[in-house]
Amino acid sequence: MPPRQREPRRGPGGPGRPGRPTAPPVAARPAALALVTLLSFASRFHRLPEPPHVCWDETHFGKMGSYYINRTFFFDVHPPLGKMLIGLAGYLSGYDGTFPFQKPGDRYEQHNYMGMRGFCAFLGSCLVPFAYLTVLELSKSLPAALLTAFILIFDTGCITLSQYILLDPILMFFLMGAVLSMVKCNSCADRPFSASWWFWLSLTGVNLAGAMGVKFVGLFVVLLVGLNTIYDLWDLLGNLSLSLVMFGKHLLARVLCLIVLPLALYTAMFAVHFAVLNKSGPGDGFFSSAFQSQLIGNNLHNVSIPEHLAYGSVITMKNLRMAGGYLHSHWHLYPEGIGARQQQVTAYLHKDLNNLWIIKKHDSDTDLSDPLSPVEFVRHGDIIRLEHKETSRNLHSHQHEAPLTRKHFQVTGYGINGTGDSNDFWRIEVVGRKTGKLIKVLRSQIRLIHVATGCILGSSGKTLPKWGWEQVEVTCTPYLKETPNSLWNFEDHINPKLPNISLDVLKPSFAEILLESHMVMIRGNSGLKPKDNEVTSKPWHWPINYQGLRFSGVNETDYRVYLLGNPVIWWLNLVTMGLYFLITVCTAVALKRGVQLTYELKELSGVVLRGGGQITLGWLLHYLPFFMMGRVLYFHHYFPAMLFSSMLTGITWDSLLKFCAGFLSPSTTARKVYGGVFLALVLLILYSFYLFHPLSYGMIGPMASDPSSPMAGLRWMDSWEF
Amino acid sequence: MLGFLKEPVVVTAEINVNLVALTVMGLITRLWGLCYPRAVVFDEVYYGQFVSLYMKRIFFVDDSGPPFGHMLLALGGYLGGFDGNFLWNRIGAEYTMNVPVWSLRLLPALAGALCVPLAYQILVELHFSHCAALGAALLILLENSLITQSRFMLLESILIFFILLAVLSYLKFYNLQRHRSFSGRWWFWLMLTGVACSCAVGVKYMGLFTYMLLLAIAGLHFWHMIGDQTLSNVSLLCHFLARGLALLLIPVVMYLSFFYVHLALLYCSGPHDQIMTSAFQASLEGGLARITQGQPLEVAYGSQITLRNVLGKPMQCWLHSHTNTYPIRYENGRGSSHQQQVTCYPFKDVNNWWIVKDPGMQQLVVSNPPRPVRHGHIVQLVHGITTRYLNTHDVAAPLSPHSQEVSCYIDYNISMPAQNLWRVEIVNRESDTDVWKTILSEVRFVHVNTSAVLKLSGASLPEWGYRQLEVVGEKLSKGYHQSMLWNVEEHRYGKSQEQKEREVELHSPTQMDISKNLSFMAKFTELQWKILTLKNEDTEHKYSSSALDWITMDTNIAYWLHPTSGAQIHLLGNVVTWASANAAALVYTCLSLWYLIRRRRRIYDIPEDSWQLWVSAGGVCGGGWVVNYLPFFLMEKTLFLYHYLPALTFQILLIPVVLQHLGDHLCRSVLLKSMFSALIVAWFSSVYFVYCTFSPVTYGQPALSMTELKDLRWKDSWNILIRKQ
Repeated sequence: MPPRQREPRRGPGGPGRPGRPTAPPVAARPAALALVTLLSFASRFHRLPEPPHVCWDETHFGKMGSYYINRTFFFDVHPPLGKMLIGLAGYLSGYDGTFPFQKPGDRYEQHNYMGMRGFCAFLGSCLVPFAYLTVLELSKSLPAALLTAFILIFDTGCITLSQYILLDPILMFFLMGAVLSMVKCNSCADRPFSASWWFWLSLTGVNLAGAMGVKFVGLFVVLLVGLNTIYDLWDLLGNLSLSLVMFGKHLLARVLCLIVLPLALYTAMFAVHFAVLNKSGPGDGFFSSAFQSQLIGNNLHNVSIPEHLAYGSVITMKNLRMAGGYLHSHWHLYPEGIGARQQQVTAYLHKDLNNLWIIKKHDSDTDLSDPLSPVEFVRHGDIIRLEHKETSRNLHSHQHEAPLTRKHFQVTGYGINGTGDSNDFWRIEVVGRKTGKLIKVLRSQIRLIHVATGCILGSSGKTLPKWGWEQVEVTCTPYLKETPNSLWNFEDHINPKLPNISLDVLKPSFAEILLESHMVMIRGNSGLKPKDNEVTSKPWHWPINYQGLRFSGVNETDYRVYLLGNPVIWWLNLVTMGLYFLITVCTAVALKRGVQLTYELKELSGVVLRGGGQITLGWLLHYLPFFMMGRVLYFHHYFPAMLFSSMLTGITWDSLLKFCAGFLSPSTTARKVYGGVFLALVLLILYSFYLFHPLSYGMIGPMASDPSSPMAGLRWMDSWEF
Repeated sequence: MLGFLKEPVVVTAEINVNLVALTVMGLITRLWGLCYPRAVVFDEVYYGQFVSLYMKRIFFVDDSGPPFGHMLLALGGYLGGFDGNFLWNRIGAEYTMNVPVWSLRLLPALAGALCVPLAYQILVELHFSHCAALGAALLILLENSLITQSRFMLLESILIFFILLAVLSYLKFYNLQRHRSFSGRWWFWLMLTGVACSCAVGVKYMGLFTYMLLLAIAGLHFWHMIGDQTLSNVSLLCHFLARGLALLLIPVVMYLSFFYVHLALLYCSGPHDQIMTSAFQASLEGGLARITQGQPLEVAYGSQITLRNVLGKPMQCWLHSHTNTYPIRYENGRGSSHQQQVTCYPFKDVNNWWIVKDPGMQQLVVSNPPRPVRHGHIVQLVHGITTRYLNTHDVAAPLSPHSQEVSCYIDYNISMPAQNLWRVEIVNRESDTDVWKTILSEVRFVHVNTSAVLKLSGASLPEWGYRQLEVVGEKLSKGYHQSMLWNVEEHRYGKSQEQKEREVELHSPTQMDISKNLSFMAKFTELQWKILTLKNEDTEHKYSSSALDWITMDTNIAYWLHPTSGAQIHLLGNVVTWASANAAALVYTCLSLWYLIRRRRRIYDIPEDSWQLWVSAGGVCGGGWVVNYLPFFLMEKTLFLYHYLPALTFQILLIPVVLQHLGDHLCRSVLLKSMFSALIVAWFSSVYFVYCTFSPVTYGQPALSMTELKDLRWKDSWNILIRKQ
């Protein structure tokens, strides 16, 4: 049994919390806070270095931390703050960024990974005191706060999630920070514009920026705070003793602290992100050519090319869809039975000589490479011909169906030595420009419209089978929608007759970079779609603790860690949710029917409706949206909601017991019942933790399905895999 | 005796001429020239095939919505004597003589026509003037897009009709609430609300939005009633139960009954059979039922079976093996066991047959009496034609390297022993001693040595595997997934010891009809689930649009083009109405915000009862617009302009609400009032003018010349078809 088992009994058992809603002794609060904090840190830091190998998503986030230390550019679907902090923690603790983090199970050996894990564990430990203080503030009841704290301390899921290099402890830290400061700020409402009011209000803003900066899920807490603020302002507006000027000040203060400040911080963290990552890396391909020119080591960096497109130029064309390829062709033909048997045209993700095309006029075939002939620029609306440099065939389309996207037309390479037919003519158009404008390399987004059929050259994003070398399909789409699929830009540009300019002129502004990286992140997020036959986690699995996540180890001899909530705690939370719903409906109906309540009951119903309502709203906001998400979901997405649900459990049980105890006439009996039930709950939590603690602190030996395993008999649900 | 004759028999009839006139005009605009064009118009090509299937009683699954709407269209066909014989394959195809075009299009047209008086009534029930109500009805009457959509065999007009009916009956009910609770009329309108809601949901799932809105409004009204201290607790409870019955229970029962009728009508097997489970297929006449009829129910040792994967995605398939082996090396250099391939094959084939064998015994026939296989038993599966054993081992599968390869074991005498024991786990068992049943039992095969589960990975093998589907042993059995479940489809008790005889063995019929075992609820759940989860390929469409385009009507949809002349039909709204509706929504929002904020500061600009009117009208009309429009921004399916029509109808109802409010409260002087009226008349004339201008492309006649068509292209983004000469 771990040594921490006996300590918490002191909490509710010790001084004997009063049954009536009187304020607890002042001295008990700091002591309880200290105890809770201590326990929290102890439980999170216990066996932190175990297992000494890469666990689960550490392979991603550890790697990204290393990227920051090495300053190589990468792409991730989440905003950068979490990974930057991990990188910073690693840097400060002496990790040099050399560990490759290739796959889960790789041993760390001599690399210093404790700094990063310790940082995450530290933030994870802070959750407990935060939740404790929030509940204390909302319910003004020490037992409620202690119950919440114990639930979070002894939940195996929260412990496991805090012990590794993951984004979740960081996200939850900011999230709880925001909730706590919001609640604190609400209690300062009677002295607005005081120092503490300003402090909590701006701290809310800072935490919001932090939460948003770690994962987009932080948006939900922004919504929570936003709704709370609107409610608050509405309240102030109805207060006629407040002049409109004062109201304006209130409004302005909130705009400043909750909108301007977080936005500024959020932008700043991206500025740092782009300033730190200045070397070319694995994320280059996701971004536009103009962006890539900023990265040291990228082949677009510091090169100089002619700015405006001219006839006779040799160019490459890049598709604007995310991770879109270059327009490509090669000697191989489309196989028998797939459209016309002509040369393949595909999109290829890598740089290659076969990506080069020559721009020619559609009507004259004069040799434009003659250095004496005058330069003629290509203009918006011109009709051109694209000749493949290696094979001298023209980009061609016709009314045969495309190989994979049957409703589109096939695109081929056609003709010999540049002589083809009228199906080789394409009209070039720049998005949002007028006729006659010149076309800029990198910056202009262009469209190629097939003159004969009116279709648009595009890349469908589907991978061709083996005969197409698993490159990406290129088609001509008859649907005239403007999507990135059918937009291209020119990347390389070779024309000896034109003066070269440095690409720095084309440098995108910070606002453009910010916008682009968000577009890429959003598309990346929605691109994480589950496959048909894949078993995925469903949101309804989560509150019932249906299935966990394997963090480390599969076989009997491995050190196994399994992310699963302490089932007793989770099911208690679930039951409490129903209980809370019942209590709320009863209270609300009773109040609406005008039932006369005693002063104490009124206080109690205020806590249940107001405080509990805020927490429930938080839970709903952090849970329901997942039902509408199309992307792949995981069990750990529920943990922010679980924090709210645990806080609700504390508040509900406290109110319920106080309400029931109110009926017992002598206050000593009431106190005994109240204390007894609380003690029972805490003991239950402790005992269940004793049973399930190996989930977090590691299991070695036979699997739970084997009767000789220490976990045998604890596999209460078939879907648990430990 | 004859005292009652002393008084004359008097019938006093009160006829609202407005209402009658509106209905007649509605009927004229919707029914005029209904049979023209006598050709398939737009989505008629889609709904028509279902009508045909109804006529022929052939089962189908349509993922676009529940069956009530389809059934109504089919009713039109039935009344017109349609025999279902028409090939619905191309928009613009001429109807043959046996297709009763008029009666097929009649029901949607009637529904569309009745929307006009409904709109009138709704505004009256919202306590607006008859003038405003008349305005609302006329706007609906002259809305080109609603006319176009009503005149063909499409579902939107029926949906809008039921939505409006539900709203109207709720308002009638609510207005009776105060004085005549629990009267006959009160019950009638309350029940009608529930019925209309369920019909709306039954036509298209979009109806859910309005249903939810009405539930929310009813909830809010009831919440106010709770606060009413004059009502006793008992009467409050009665009110609550009455609402629960009418608004929750009746819709559910109605919804189920739609499916009941649907399933009762369609009892023949058809093209969509394969989407359903074997048990469902066996309940349809023809198709699988013909094969499975009289099969033995209980799988026994020695049974010959085919195993179908329960998931049925990407296509239905059966566990299969053939003499070819896995290639020694795959193209990416990984090695294989080089044993006999096991795949999932989408067609019936003699190689799909397997024999269930008891590991402890050698014989491959069923003993007498048969020894049934139960949950938890360990079996071997022998491939019928090659008599090799189903096997899996710690070799990576060809396309899913994280899973184990499944093969039929060939002993190459290298240190790779046979691992061919499988535990049968019946997932939908009732007790732990359940017998493995043909068709009904969904079974997992758990490999005894490695605890891998037999699974269809969904990937299709390259050339060497004849593009059949890959079957693997999933080591990490993450919960249940249908791709791991298999059911016995064809089944017979093996009799012959000899391999040669076995191949020609016949059925041994027993008296067992499986179709009777499937209850309506089981069929309903399965069908409902399939409708909700069936995903069609994300189709691009030339006329698809995004939700944002709708408010400005940036796109149109070409419904039909005359094969020779320039006559054509487009889904195109009345521009003036759309713009005014948007303006009304904007004005309503701004004014409401203004009033709200001022009221919060205790400044009351308008009297309390007009404020209540303003709020309730906005709640119904504005709320209806919001709930029918905003959800489309979250949807990922292909969207069309006609999805906006229910929302548009509500938005149009908001115009007279706003106009009357402006007239009553902003135009204080007589001069202002008369100017306002003059403006309204002018605006109405422009609505009428636009209606007339666009009526050729609404009704498809008369045919317009090229220049006339060009003149109609008011927006560059509209796609009006101009024939190249």
